[in-house]
Amino acid sequence: MKTLVALLLALAASGALAHKPSDSYLAIRVAGADVTGQWDIALRDLDFAIGLDDSGDGEITWGEVKAHRADIAAYALARLKVRLGGTDCPLHSTEFLIDDHSDGAYSIMRFEGRCPAEVETLEVSYSLFADLDPQHKGLLRLEHAAGTRTGIFSPERATQSFELAKISALTQFLDYSREGVWHIWIGFDHILFLLSLLLPAVLTLEGGRWQGVERFPPAFWEVFKIVTSFTLAHSITLSLAALGVIALPSRLVESAIAISVVLAALNNLYPMVRGRRWIVAFAFGLIHGFGFASVLKDLGLPQGALLIALVGFNVGVEGGQLAIVSAFLPLAYALRATWFYRRLVFAGGSLAISVIASIWLVERALNMKLITS
Amino acid sequence: MKVSITAIPTIRTFTIAMATSFLRAAMLALVAVVAQAAPYVPKDDALVLEHLPVRPGDPIGRELRRLRGVIAQDPANLDAALRLAERYFELAGAEGDPRYVGYAQAALTPWWNRPDPPLDARVMRAILKQYSHDFSGAMQDLDAATREDRSNALAWSWRAAIHMVQADYAAARVDCGALAATNSGLGAVGCSTYLDGTTGRAAEAHRTLSGALARSTGISSEMKIWVLTRLAEMSLRQGNARQAEEHFRAALALEVRDQFLLAAYADFLLDQGRPAEVVALLRDWVRSDVLLLRLALAEKAAGTAAAKEHIDALKARFDAAALRGDKLHQQEEARFNLTLLGQKEKALALARENWKLQREPRDARILLEAALAMKDRAAAQGGLEWLETSGHEDPLLRRIGQSLKALKP
Repeated sequence: MKTLVALLLALAASGALAHKPSDSYLAIRVAGADVTGQWDIALRDLDFAIGLDDSGDGEITWGEVKAHRADIAAYALARLKVRLGGTDCPLHSTEFLIDDHSDGAYSIMRFEGRCPAEVETLEVSYSLFADLDPQHKGLLRLEHAAGTRTGIFSPERATQSFELAKISALTQFLDYSREGVWHIWIGFDHILFLLSLLLPAVLTLEGGRWQGVERFPPAFWEVFKIVTSFTLAHSITLSLAALGVIALPSRLVESAIAISVVLAALNNLYPMVRGRRWIVAFAFGLIHGFGFASVLKDLGLPQGALLIALVGFNVGVEGGQLAIVSAFLPLAYALRATWFYRRLVFAGGSLAISVIASIWLVERALNMKLITS
Repeated sequence: MKVSITAIPTIRTFTIAMATSFLRAAMLALVAVVAQAAPYVPKDDALVLEHLPVRPGDPIGRELRRLRGVIAQDPANLDAALRLAERYFELAGAEGDPRYVGYAQAALTPWWNRPDPPLDARVMRAILKQYSHDFSGAMQDLDAATREDRSNALAWSWRAAIHMVQADYAAARVDCGALAATNSGLGAVGCSTYLDGTTGRAAEAHRTLSGALARSTGISSEMKIWVLTRLAEMSLRQGNARQAEEHFRAALALEVRDQFLLAAYADFLLDQGRPAEVVALLRDWVRSDVLLLRLALAEKAAGTAAAKEHIDALKARFDAAALRGDKLHQQEEARFNLTLLGQKEKALALARENWKLQREPRDARILLEAALAMKDRAAAQGGLEWLETSGHEDPLLRRIGQSLKALKP
């Protein structure tokens, strides 16, 4: 009788792939000697390997996963070796999250480590679940400034080497510039701060009333002074923070940036600082520099090309800024005498900016409370 | 014109509206950025993240644990290893989860690479190899096993199964004959009628198999389901949809989880233009790729809103499989591309690749359908030849074949 059951299976088995097989997703990012990464492992596989369902009810809860965080990290990281020239780059977990993939919930472990020197050839050994499920595969995505590589690990191909081609200084410079442009482009807080300072540049305040400036040069020089001092200031703090000379908690920086936007916008509605707005730009620019630095830090700083990255990123930020200013200035100058500009764009815009920035401020502050409680 | 700053309150309502819409735009942009970074930290410890198919306390869960314990003590315990591998392989069939095939392989580790494993280990190894479409590796082991033991019904069954998948009907005929000589009863009848039903003698096969089923006593529900599903297929090949439905319903009435039955019945309903019934039937089977494909097809045909969500889910799963480098479900993927994405060219390429490896009627069907959609008769050549030489009767396949032949070469 057993034979027939087998035959039934036999004659029906093809095309039986109803589920995705077991895979893990490993992303490793290499910058200089620093290795950071993220490892997505199916909770079902982890449960099979080390047992997560403590209550034995067939359901894995977040509480159960949380209780096993250290076990998961120890189990997984013991089965992943990242080496440089035969020397281990020891890894440790930094963060633990959950994600839903197309075939179920995965544990997301972020990790970091450091190699003894800058990495040119990275050797990765992967043996997760090799003893439990020889069909399991590890899908690697290796990111490096020179490009992204992929690899598929299985018990037959457990160790693989990746040549990380030396990238030219120019490529590196351009990469970081691009990141800088991108950051100013998606960094609403920096744009709004700058706009708040630039909005009045084509106006003058006379007897409590705003009026359009007579000629273009004064407006241009006003903008020039503001942009230059903002740039100078944030370049200073960006460099100092990126080089690790000064470090400020990011929550403080983010909240301070929100305050700077509120104040800059309110200053248009209830002028306190007149004329010398470049001083405001400089003072608050110092704070914004810390914000840029945290982005640069997330990108990873190549130890061998620190200066290139720093300058490249900064040039990108300035380029992005310049693009915004050169779109703004002619338009604002052309419209300066209209009711539309002075009431809607200038007054209304400043009010809107201050409202948005206030909400940011509350959010960033609330976030802080949530985390510390 | 001069504007007093104290005039601001008069435009307050407008600026608030403007600020709100501005803020909304900013938030949307923010959400778009956040949505990419999907990982999250759940707020509630009680949040259920995953449901396990086998509970530790279930009888099967307990048995698996006991066997794993025995093997942990003594990895060379062949009996325990074989039992564990069999259990896992059965689970793979029931749940459709290839993980269990890997677990079964792990149980056989001491014998996996040996040139001369014990007979039972060799047969089990072959079964697991064919699951991963290593047909030649599997056939080597089965050849060796049947040489060693001419009356090994299990090995003959699997040989027949692989030869059927490869459309090598002469070889399958030999296997079924050898199986009959081992006195495996309904198994041997199942083997020969499955072959006959595929190769142009569906009426006769239907008579023989239903007679054998009626005479059999004490067979399990699983076996009945298999026989009834085959009978339904044979009915369809004779163009008898009413009789096929009776067989399907009799099989469903046995109330056993069986993905093959559900998939076959869903395909039948789809061909009959009854998608609403498929939606009801498969609503709770979204975890199974094979059944999710049928569900999405039905939802699209019925115009149900959930279709898009399920098509996206399937896309994600096929993309994930592609990352892995698997070519195990090209047939399903071809069907997905053809009918749900409308990507005819990709569907045809996949169907042709699949045809190189697998040549069952459903593989022929997707090949012919994709070729017809592309109006490419030459691409379907292998399928058309198969239709001719096998004598396969399915009226639907024959119709598609006729349409292809009517195309200008």
